[in-house]
Amino acid sequence: MGRIAALTRNPVMIALVAMLAIAGCASKKTPNSAADLGLNGAGAATPGSAQDFTVNIGDRIFFDTDSSSIRADAQTTLARQAQWLNQYKQYAIVVEGHADERGTREYNLALGARRAAAARDFLVSKGVASSRLKTISYGKERPVAVCDDISCWSQNRRAVTTLSGAGS
Amino acid sequence: MRSFLKPLLMVAAMAMGMTAVVPMPAWALVELNVNKGNVEPLPIAITDFQGGDALGAQISQIVTADLKRSGLFAPIDKSAFIEKISNPDAAPRFDDWKVINAQALVTGSVSKEADGRIRAQYRLWDTFAGQQMSGEQFFANDANQRRVAHIIADAIYERLTGEKGYFDTRVVFIDESGAKNARKKRLAIMDQDGANVRYLSDGRSIVLTPRFSPNRQEITYMSYESGQPRVYLLQIETGQRELVGNFPGMTFAPRFSPDGQKVIMSLLRDDGNSNIFAMDLRSRSTTRLTNSTAIDTSPSYSPDGSKVVFTSDRGGRAQIYVMGADGSGQTRISFGDGVYSTPVWSPRGDLIAFTKQTGGEFQIGVMKTDGSGERILSSGFQQEGPTWAPNGRVLMFFRDSNGGPKLVSVDLTGRNEQPIPTANFASDPAWSPLLE
Repeated sequence: MGRIAALTRNPVMIALVAMLAIAGCASKKTPNSAADLGLNGAGAATPGSAQDFTVNIGDRIFFDTDSSSIRADAQTTLARQAQWLNQYKQYAIVVEGHADERGTREYNLALGARRAAAARDFLVSKGVASSRLKTISYGKERPVAVCDDISCWSQNRRAVTTLSGAGS
Repeated sequence: MRSFLKPLLMVAAMAMGMTAVVPMPAWALVELNVNKGNVEPLPIAITDFQGGDALGAQISQIVTADLKRSGLFAPIDKSAFIEKISNPDAAPRFDDWKVINAQALVTGSVSKEADGRIRAQYRLWDTFAGQQMSGEQFFANDANQRRVAHIIADAIYERLTGEKGYFDTRVVFIDESGAKNARKKRLAIMDQDGANVRYLSDGRSIVLTPRFSPNRQEITYMSYESGQPRVYLLQIETGQRELVGNFPGMTFAPRFSPDGQKVIMSLLRDDGNSNIFAMDLRSRSTTRLTNSTAIDTSPSYSPDGSKVVFTSDRGGRAQIYVMGADGSGQTRISFGDGVYSTPVWSPRGDLIAFTKQTGGEFQIGVMKTDGSGERILSSGFQQEGPTWAPNGRVLMFFRDSNGGPKLVSVDLTGRNEQPIPTANFASDPAWSPLLE
């Protein structure tokens, strides 16, 4: 639970959490967000659509440096995801794990895999059928934010829940 | 894909019988002791090879660049030369070379044989002892012009240092282009000096961490082409590819065993951790070497195949461990202040190169195989992934700056850092072995 304390010591994290609270956060930098989907506002998405999930639920969680622990803010997001996924059971799900660039390539592939597995396990614990869930690690290969400082690195340390279409 | 491996067989070397090398006491001849801490680069004069039009000058230029980049030689500017060599087979006027402080002199010639091959010969002279140190000739087909020059540079390096050269080698790497958040990555191969780049993949899938087989004919690497990232084998000459093993999850961080019979790699467990496995390429049987609830990755065999060095975060953060090739006796060897990863065992067997993260920096360093004697060779904001030249004297790695990664080499003194020219951004270099 020291994670909350760590969070409050870190103004960037606080800012990030605040942004997260507004659906469709960081839309300027995150390609999977509302702006890139051509939506003008959070309310525009059809309930049960992929847009609805991304915009109104939030498709991603963030991690501390070199950690795969699910933070308190991430638990809230994942619980919301699980509720939505349990309502709209037609979707198969791939959880992507990502790392920031401040680690070496192979280690970061492993770290991304561990983050994806942690997010998957949390969703399963909230009732999402494990048969619907797959994971993939991108290591540090797919950053969404590309500056060379902590504000970007913290956005890149993420697990993204993606809906891989109906059925499967 | 055009073959470049086949012509290897057409390069033949033979000692020139024209000048008998009189055995002399070793102290009489110029030599470099590369084991000394502080090596003064040896002044050497490399004259244009006679004949072959522009080719003679080109061979001289490649030899000069190779020797200079090693940091062990200081090639003398041609404009300082007094004697103009007209007959490369005759003894030069040693006084003319001594006066410009050329301790060693290279002369040579190149010509075209009736069958179309190129014949290149060189002589290495000790100007102060006033005698020839070595002389050899080589044959090659047209496509191998640069190789002949590298082979000559290797011969000169070996004669003067007593160590094997590393210039007739190649590097596999990842060519990177495009924006950082949509990088196109292609498998590529080139000569160690950046020449003769060839692409081995089309850039449609992410490819990472290529490594050579001991016979230089194959590469093992990781690709996202099937969706799930997995380890593959690629025959360089034929372009034939195959999946290594049939595992349910991600496989990554592959390397060959020194005998080329196995690939060692990490396999993702269902709990999100990663363990190390070795797969026998003939029998296809796999052996689990680690079984920890941690990240175990980046395995690298010792050159005798008896041990494996790897990264693990089983102690909390990533550190370097050594174990027997059967997984026995897993022992942590890195204890410095920082996070250690990407260990690679030197081809000489004496050192382990690594990436260390400390104080907001990424460092490339070496340590003895028991973890003692750590030395940092290069520090930077973002750099990683050392690979050894086959003689164990030089490392290549990649450094991210100015928007993307580029390749850099550094020698074991840490004082001679050299950029490796590439057209695009480049990462994940792996140096080929020398062909025996």
